[in-house]
Amino acid sequence: MTDATTNRHVPDRLHSRAHRTLRSWETLLLAVAIAIFIVNSFASPYFLNAWNLSDATFNFTEKAMIAFAMALLIIAGEIDLSVASIIALASTAMGLAVQYGAGTPELVIIGLTVGVLCGAFNAFFVTVLGLPSIVVTIGTMSLFRGISFIILGDDAFRGYPSSFAWFGQGYIYWVFTVEMLLFVIIAVIYGGLLHKTNFGRAVYAIGNNPTGALFSGIRVQRVKFILFLLTGLMSGVAAICLTSRLGSTRPSIATGMELEVVTMVVLGGVNILGGSGSIPGVVIAAFVMGLVTFGLGLLNVPGIVMSIFIGLLLIGVIALPRLLAMIVARTQS
Amino acid sequence: MTTRAAAASAPVVSMDAITKTFPGVKALDQVTLNLYPGQVTALVGENGAGKSTTVKILTGIYQPDGGTIRVAGEPISLTTPNAASDAGITAIHQETVLFDELSVAENIFIGHAPRTKWGLIDRAEMHRAAQGLLDEIGAPFATSAVLRDLGIASKHLVAIARALSVDARVVIMDEPTAALSHKEIEELYELVETLKAQGKAILFISHKFDEIFRIADRYTVFRDGAFVGEGLIEDITEDTLVKMMVGRAVDQIFPTREPHLGDDVMQVVGYAHPTEFADIGFTLKRGEILGFYGLVGAGRSELMQALFGITKPSKGVTKINGNIRVIRSPADAVANGIVYVPEDRGKQGAVIGLPIFQNITLPSLQKTSRSGFLQLVEEFKLAREYAERLDLRGAALDQDVGNLSGGNQQKVVIAKWLATQPQVIILDEPTKGIDIGSKAAVHDFMAELAGQGLSIIMVSSEIPEVIGMSDRVIVMRDGRIAAEVAGDDLVPETLVRHAAGITATAQMQGA
Repeated sequence: MTDATTNRHVPDRLHSRAHRTLRSWETLLLAVAIAIFIVNSFASPYFLNAWNLSDATFNFTEKAMIAFAMALLIIAGEIDLSVASIIALASTAMGLAVQYGAGTPELVIIGLTVGVLCGAFNAFFVTVLGLPSIVVTIGTMSLFRGISFIILGDDAFRGYPSSFAWFGQGYIYWVFTVEMLLFVIIAVIYGGLLHKTNFGRAVYAIGNNPTGALFSGIRVQRVKFILFLLTGLMSGVAAICLTSRLGSTRPSIATGMELEVVTMVVLGGVNILGGSGSIPGVVIAAFVMGLVTFGLGLLNVPGIVMSIFIGLLLIGVIALPRLLAMIVARTQS
Repeated sequence: MTTRAAAASAPVVSMDAITKTFPGVKALDQVTLNLYPGQVTALVGENGAGKSTTVKILTGIYQPDGGTIRVAGEPISLTTPNAASDAGITAIHQETVLFDELSVAENIFIGHAPRTKWGLIDRAEMHRAAQGLLDEIGAPFATSAVLRDLGIASKHLVAIARALSVDARVVIMDEPTAALSHKEIEELYELVETLKAQGKAILFISHKFDEIFRIADRYTVFRDGAFVGEGLIEDITEDTLVKMMVGRAVDQIFPTREPHLGDDVMQVVGYAHPTEFADIGFTLKRGEILGFYGLVGAGRSELMQALFGITKPSKGVTKINGNIRVIRSPADAVANGIVYVPEDRGKQGAVIGLPIFQNITLPSLQKTSRSGFLQLVEEFKLAREYAERLDLRGAALDQDVGNLSGGNQQKVVIAKWLATQPQVIILDEPTKGIDIGSKAAVHDFMAELAGQGLSIIMVSSEIPEVIGMSDRVIVMRDGRIAAEVAGDDLVPETLVRHAAGITATAQMQGA
C-alpha cells in the first residue's frame, strides 16, 4: 500500500469552479434580486433615487447583522429565537442607563454586554444542560421581553444623547449610512469566519454530524457556546442601531424580528436542518427582502399585505429548484 | 447440466444489462442477475461492487439508466417502492427499516393493513393475520408487543414477517446475519429453508463465505459495478469465488511480521466506570498490536471510548510516555496522540455531508491552516497524500463522503487519523462488514503501521483476526480483564474459554 504508483489518483475537484458557481443557490438568488430590482424600477418612478434607495437599506441592515450570526448558528444545527427580545432587553438597559446620565460610550458597552450575557444565558441551557435550543430560546424570547415590560410598563425611555444618534441616523459619505458600513464590515467578518477559518469548518462539521464531529476531536459544545455568544452580541449591535435610529425605547421594540431574521437566513440558502449555507447567500437574501419591502412600500402596499409577499417569496424561492428538478425529470422520462 | 437447468425452471426475476450512473461513478455497468423460485442466490462482491445499488433498483428506490428488469418474463418498470412491492419484491435491509414505537402487528402491516368496510384499520384481523405470519416463522413474541422492547434478532423476524405479509415472490436479505448471535443465525437459516420450501426466490447478500456455502444454491459475482459470473454453488470452490470477487488471488493468511517492540507508549492504570467496566490496567509498547477480545457487551467499546475521552471514567489514569495525561474530550485525546476508529462508521466515524478532503483534514486543521485561516492548497495536499496511501476509490476529493461505499468510508476515517500522526490508534472492529479484499488491505496496512512504530489497539470479535494480527490479547468479560494471552497460549480455545468465563478448574471437573 505504500507504493503510491500502483494506487489510483483521485482528482481534487469533480466540477470546475464555473460549473459550481453557475449551479449554486447564490446565483439563483442573485438573478431573483436583479429581477426584483428591474421590476421595481419600472413599477415606481421614485425607486431609482439614491436617497430613497439609501433609506430602503434600513429595512434590512439591522436584521442582517443578526442574520449573519444566526446563519452560523443554524448551519451548526441550532437556532436562537430570542434575538428580538434580546434587542428589547438591551435597548431597555440602555434607556435605563440614560436615566442615570450614561454617555454614548457607556451605552454602547451596556448594549453589547447585555447582548452577550443573554447569548451566554441561552448557551448555558443548550450546551451545558443539553436542552434543545428551539425550546430554550422560545422560553427566553418571553423572558427577556418580559423583563423589559416589567421595567418599562407603558412608558418609553427617551433622552438619548445626541451623539448616540450617529449609529442609526449618521452618514459616512453622501447617501452611505453608518449602518450600511456596519453591514458590510459584519458581512465580511462573518463571511471570513465561516468560509475561511478552522472555526467555520467546525461549524459545518457539527451541522452535518455532531457525533462525527465530536469523534473527530472537535470541541462541539465550545463551538456552539461561542455561536450563541456571537448571536447575542450581534443582537446587541442591532439594539444599538435600532435604538439610535428610533431615539426611544419601548418594550415592544423589534417585535417579531426573530422570524424575519430566520426568513432571511433560510432565503439565503441556509439549510434549516443545519449543515449547509453561505454568508454571500444571506447578503443577497438581505437585499432581496429589502428590495421587495421597499418596492411594495413605494406602491403604498400596507405592511400586513407586505408580509404575504415575503412569505410567498420565501416559499417560492425555496420551491423553485425542486420544481425545476421535477420538470427536468419529467421531460427526460 | 440440462437437467439441472430444467429443475431450476425460469427465473422469477431477471435483471438484464442494467446500468446505473451516479455523478462521476458508474455504479452498475450492464449487469445481469437472475433469481429462481425456491432457490437462494448469493450476490457476492467487494464493497463498492454495486450490491446495494442493485438492491435499491430491485426495490424501486433507484431507477436504472439502462437495461431491462423482467418479472415472470414480463418487462416491468419499478418506478416506486410500491411498484416493487406490488411486483412481489421485498427486502430486509442491513439496517432494517421498522418503527420502534409501533406494535409488531402494525409494523408488519403498515401501508397495507386490512380494512373494515368503513375504511378503518381492522385491528382484530390485522392481529390475527400477524399471528399467522409469526407462527409460520416460529417467532416467539406477541403481535401486540411494542417493537422498542424487542431485541435485534426479534426485529429481524418482524422484518421477515413483514416481507411475507405482502405475498412476496422475491425476498432480498441484505447482510441479515450481521447483528445476530450464533444461535439466532441458525434460526435464520431454518427460516430461509422455510421460505425456499414455499417457492420464494431469495437474494442473499453476505460477506461471510461459510454462510454463502451453507445456504446458497446459486451465486452471482459483481466486481466494480460489472457482472463477473454466475452459476451453481456446488460447481464452485471458495478459492475460485474469491478470485472472481477480487480479480486476483487473495491469500487469506495474515501478514507475517517481526514485531519490534519499543518503550511503553501508553499506560492505563485503574480505569473504572460506574456501570461499564472496572479495574482496567494495561501497557502498550511502541510498535505493538494489542488485541481486545470478548463477547458482545463485555465493555470493550465502552473502555475504548473512555480512553478516547467520549465517556468519563469514574477513576483511572492514562500515562503517555510515562507522563500522566488528563483526557476529558476527544480533542484532548487527539492532542495526546490517541485516536479512535469507531465501529459505527456512518454516525461516529465519517462526517457525512462534508467532502472527502474536509473529512480527512478535520482533526489536522491546525497543521494545514495558518493562524486559524484555512489553506485549501495545503488541505488538498494532505488529503491527496493519505487518499493515495490508502488507495481510496472515489470520483474526486470534493465529493461527499456519503457517496462512498462502506469500505472506502472506513479508509477516509483511517486516513483522517493517520494524518494527525498519532502515537496510538484504537481500531474498533476495523473490518466488520467489509469484504475480503478490503480486509486483507486493512490487515496489511495495520502491520505496516506497527512496523513504522505506531502502537495499535484492536477491538475485534473475529477470532482469526485477533489471533492473526495481535502480538498480545487482552480478553474482557463483564467489564473486567479476564486474561492476558500471548505467545503459544494465543489459540482460539483459550480466548473463548476466558471470554465465556470457563475456568481451567471447571474445565478439568468437566473432563
